[in-house]
Amino acid sequence: MAMTTEGNSAQRPTSSRFTIEAKSPFMLQVRAWWPPVLWSIVLLIIVAIIMLAGGPVLQKTLTDALIKLLVVVGLYVFIGNSGILSFGHIGFMMIGAYGAAWMTCCPRTKKLFIPGLPEYLQTHQFPFLVSVVVSGLLAAVVALISGSVLMRLSGIAASIGTFAFLMVMYSFYLRWDPWTRGASTMTGLPVETNSWVMLPFIVVVMFGAFLYARSRYGLSAKASRDDEVASKAAGVNVVGQRLLSFVISAFIVGMAGALFGHFLGILTVDSFGLPLTFITLSMLVVGGMQSLSGAVLGSIVISALFEALRQLEVGFNVGESVIALPGGGREVGIGILMLIILIFRRNGLTANQEIYWPFRGDAAAKTAMSRKS
Amino acid sequence: MGYILQVIIDALSLGSLYALAALGIGLLFGVLRLINFAHGDFITLGAYALIVPAYGPNAIRFIADFPAPLLIICTILVIVAIALISEFLIFRPLRYATAATLMVGSFALSFVIQNLIIMIYSGRPKSLNLWSELTEIKFLVGDVEIALLPILIVAVTLILLLLLVLFLKRTPWGVQMRAAAEDFKMARMLGVRANFVISLAFVLSAALAAVVSLLFEAQTGILMFRMGTPLMVFAFIATVIGGMGSLVGSVVGGMTVGIVSSVLQAGLPAEVRGYRDVFVFGLVILILLVRPQGLVLSRAARERV
Repeated sequence: MAMTTEGNSAQRPTSSRFTIEAKSPFMLQVRAWWPPVLWSIVLLIIVAIIMLAGGPVLQKTLTDALIKLLVVVGLYVFIGNSGILSFGHIGFMMIGAYGAAWMTCCPRTKKLFIPGLPEYLQTHQFPFLVSVVVSGLLAAVVALISGSVLMRLSGIAASIGTFAFLMVMYSFYLRWDPWTRGASTMTGLPVETNSWVMLPFIVVVMFGAFLYARSRYGLSAKASRDDEVASKAAGVNVVGQRLLSFVISAFIVGMAGALFGHFLGILTVDSFGLPLTFITLSMLVVGGMQSLSGAVLGSIVISALFEALRQLEVGFNVGESVIALPGGGREVGIGILMLIILIFRRNGLTANQEIYWPFRGDAAAKTAMSRKS
Repeated sequence: MGYILQVIIDALSLGSLYALAALGIGLLFGVLRLINFAHGDFITLGAYALIVPAYGPNAIRFIADFPAPLLIICTILVIVAIALISEFLIFRPLRYATAATLMVGSFALSFVIQNLIIMIYSGRPKSLNLWSELTEIKFLVGDVEIALLPILIVAVTLILLLLLVLFLKRTPWGVQMRAAAEDFKMARMLGVRANFVISLAFVLSAALAAVVSLLFEAQTGILMFRMGTPLMVFAFIATVIGGMGSLVGSVVGGMTVGIVSSVLQAGLPAEVRGYRDVFVFGLVILILLVRPQGLVLSRAARERV
């Protein structure tokens, strides 16, 4: 059932004056994978421009935005496919970030600050890439355990369950002094992440997310999203499919957390609370919850707005006086803009659709139509 | 004995605050299917309304110096006005959007309110004594002194609950609201005006928020731009474990959360007391698993196929 709803949006014939007939096998692949291809190109251009021409502050902002983008794509894998709004994913980001700290801080710092670590972790130091992947796996394992409980709930109860999960993890890490330094700051992570490092992670994750969404597993999850009862009757293991998407998305978000730790070099539990949950969820909803394009576009738009309003907060000259927003003004502005977007495009900027190959000639459209029927 | 009495009264007063806040969230959910994350910020605004809007470090008393009845009425009016404005500007255009969009809308509203407070009043905490005599008057029960305020909080909650029940059961407006909560479409077909009922829900919810903010301010004596957030978080949890859409459920849920966290605070051994919230939220997950529809099942919440 999900296949036809997908097909409707995917293969709507668009008559574009500019057509590229995809005939070679390579072009056919590009067309089939167009959403992640498109966004990879867009992000590559953005990163290249800012890394080559932007100042150091702007470059830092870009890296921060890309980390959020990775989190939002991770959120999309679960929320977009299963239809359950999750408030808990920032908990996985925290698990990933602290996991990275346990692995890559130098042994001397670890002995001083986190004496609770077991002997093996205490004395060894792991390379950056290993720590990112293993931290993602750690988050995935936690997701598997917590998800096997939480995914038995559905609808609003499941959302609240993830919310409670976030609060449990947050309060736990805040008190778990021997491993996390609790309310004080953990320092000593090597700084490795910049925008060029983020880009390959994001590209791989986008292709993976797109592949998952179109696989039988993703389609089953979407079927359970669209109609839980009917999908059950059609033989979908609803709990299992939700759990799978939960674990995959936790893996992505956990990796984003590890990259975040290696971006700042310091960690506080406080930075993984409700405000970050709110920002990332808003990016997803503003873009459109049910498409990869929505996740990416939403985070690009919100990050760009944030940066534009930051410039306003710094102030600009009008004649002889400096006009600047007062403190907090940027957040007020972003909130209002977000409300405006929500009110006028309530299904997000992409209206929950993917952005498909736009250069389609009449012949291709015809075959698409005939394939559908 | 005296210590146990102290714990019981603390548990009941905390539970009452949560129950009032949870009712505010539950009322809106019942009619609009909106989980209002900005409810905590309505509570914060109620406390900030007591002082002159100024950026300085000290709180300049404004409504706070009015005689008590006028003070209460003014605070309620301010919060009701803000709630009605946000209903008109945000939630009315979003009325037929999905629950997720509505929720993110209220998230955004909460974000705007918090940062407006930072813009206008500055982000630094301020101290403000409200009705400090309430915490100073103490009864001697056995060998323990019990302050008047927690008892007053419980009493106010009981009175408000009684009034609310009378309103919902005995007045035409209340009946319309209950009908809308039961089946919004059907109620509209039978002549209930949607805009009116929703505005009414916002008014009641905002009035409850104002009362909570006054009680909370009298208890803590401090103003912070995020002071309402923890209340909102616990109230939100309370509405869920009580049963979304059921008003009795909101009260039961609020009391449960308040009592459980007070009892854990008093009863846990010192070395794990810091982990109290872990236990509270763990319990929430447990309750959700056993009763996903909440402790009190409302007719509207039952899933239909």
